[in-house]
Amino acid sequence: MGIGEIILISLVKILLIIVLLFLTVAYLTYFERKVSAWAQNRIGPNRVGWKGLLQPFADVFKLLLKEDIVPEKADRIVHLLAPMISLFIAFSTFAVIPFGPEVHLLGYDIPLVVADVNMGILFVLALTSLAVYGLTLAGWSSGSKYSLLGGIRSSAQMISYEISMGFSIGGVLLLSESLRPIAIVESQSGWMWNAIVQPIGFITFLVSAFAETNRLPFDLPEAEPELVGGFHTEYSSMKFAGFFLSEYANMIIASALIVTLYLGGWQIPYIDLLGLPSGLVAILQIGAFIFKLVAVLFFFLWIRWSLPRFRYDQLMNLGWKVMFPLSLINIVWVALLIMIFRL
Amino acid sequence: MEKKSVKRREKNLTFLERIYIPEILKGLSLTFKNMIRPKFTFEYPEEKFIPPSSYRGRPVLVEENNGDERCVACGLCSRVCPALAIEVQAAETEREKERYPEKFEINMLRCIFCGFCEEVCPEEAIVMSKDYELTFSNREEAIYGKDKLLIPVNQLQDRIDFLRNYK
Repeated sequence: MGIGEIILISLVKILLIIVLLFLTVAYLTYFERKVSAWAQNRIGPNRVGWKGLLQPFADVFKLLLKEDIVPEKADRIVHLLAPMISLFIAFSTFAVIPFGPEVHLLGYDIPLVVADVNMGILFVLALTSLAVYGLTLAGWSSGSKYSLLGGIRSSAQMISYEISMGFSIGGVLLLSESLRPIAIVESQSGWMWNAIVQPIGFITFLVSAFAETNRLPFDLPEAEPELVGGFHTEYSSMKFAGFFLSEYANMIIASALIVTLYLGGWQIPYIDLLGLPSGLVAILQIGAFIFKLVAVLFFFLWIRWSLPRFRYDQLMNLGWKVMFPLSLINIVWVALLIMIFRL
Repeated sequence: MEKKSVKRREKNLTFLERIYIPEILKGLSLTFKNMIRPKFTFEYPEEKFIPPSSYRGRPVLVEENNGDERCVACGLCSRVCPALAIEVQAAETEREKERYPEKFEINMLRCIFCGFCEEVCPEEAIVMSKDYELTFSNREEAIYGKDKLLIPVNQLQDRIDFLRNYK
């Protein structure tokens, strides 16, 4: 493969992923409204289009047509920059997540990941750490106490939970002996899913992912009853939509990470034994990835409508005194497994 | 400074309750059960709520089968109305009942749907209907005259039966 072909194939993949991600985000908002409606014995949006399927587009047009208000005391440049940081990080993280095995198409071997980099997991961790800046700068630049409190909360929360998140990933890396997402997926062949091998790490990672994406029960940065809207109180129109989009995109990325690291990625256990043609297997495996992703996303929404929000001190207690030690215990657990069973 | 008394828990949590996860699963199963339960939503403009006969909607005048109103314009409803919404003007007629309302107006902006007019009426001539869709674009329109108030008796039979049974 020449350099031109590689660039072309990468561009096609980038385009595909961006479009799919936007669509998924749009329909995730719809799905969220539907799930919340079901949990409350309601029907949910069903007016725009068949069964309300055009609702996300109606929402986007509504937001586009709204007046963009910037408060007088705001720092205009940073105020504009903050949603961009959030959006950029949310969308670029998806570059390293593999959503399928290598496929043979038009005479090329194409791995179904935009960038198959050796330090993929570090890339994800680095970018999600940067996401703090989007929220904190938004809170600071708005010139409003609610925004500022939301921004401070988000920075404290995300930094604390990043630690347990990183340590729980440590267990996964011990087993896969690589930072490449594809290698991590391949290390979980059969039923050797990390969620089964290291359940403690799975739980700590799951909880940290909830805290990192600011989803309920950890949505303190935007706790409505206390902080009006938190860091995005002073945002309107498309800038608000930017935060909204990045929140949902972050959810998708967190789910994709959970699937990749703990639920075996695109693998279907023992599919080789069925002896299906390789093209069909590839399609089934992409389907399996999407199925797992949707299941984890549903879990995100389901949790939101089941659990109440944590108090701030409870959140910090849980992060530092429970999740952090548990993730350390998980590393010891995995090390013991490797020592005893020579995995 | 007085030391604040800390309220103790009534019951100490067991170990299983303190690791939260079983309790979280209980909560999740509860919300999931609710997700698959039947919904109670009325999709209003398409699917209308049909109230039971005990419902107090818009007050209406009963129109007999021959097209006359039942009302004898005694004015009791107007007298009892706490919101002063009803205005009646009586006139004489050649018919058996001798009196009829020349003018009967209910100001629907004032009406509070208490049903006192219906209760006080000696002739069962004013009853509360099942109509709850009241819209008007100005104050004049909100004053309902005899043209809007008169409803044939067979449409109101439900409410009249209810009144006879339970009043």
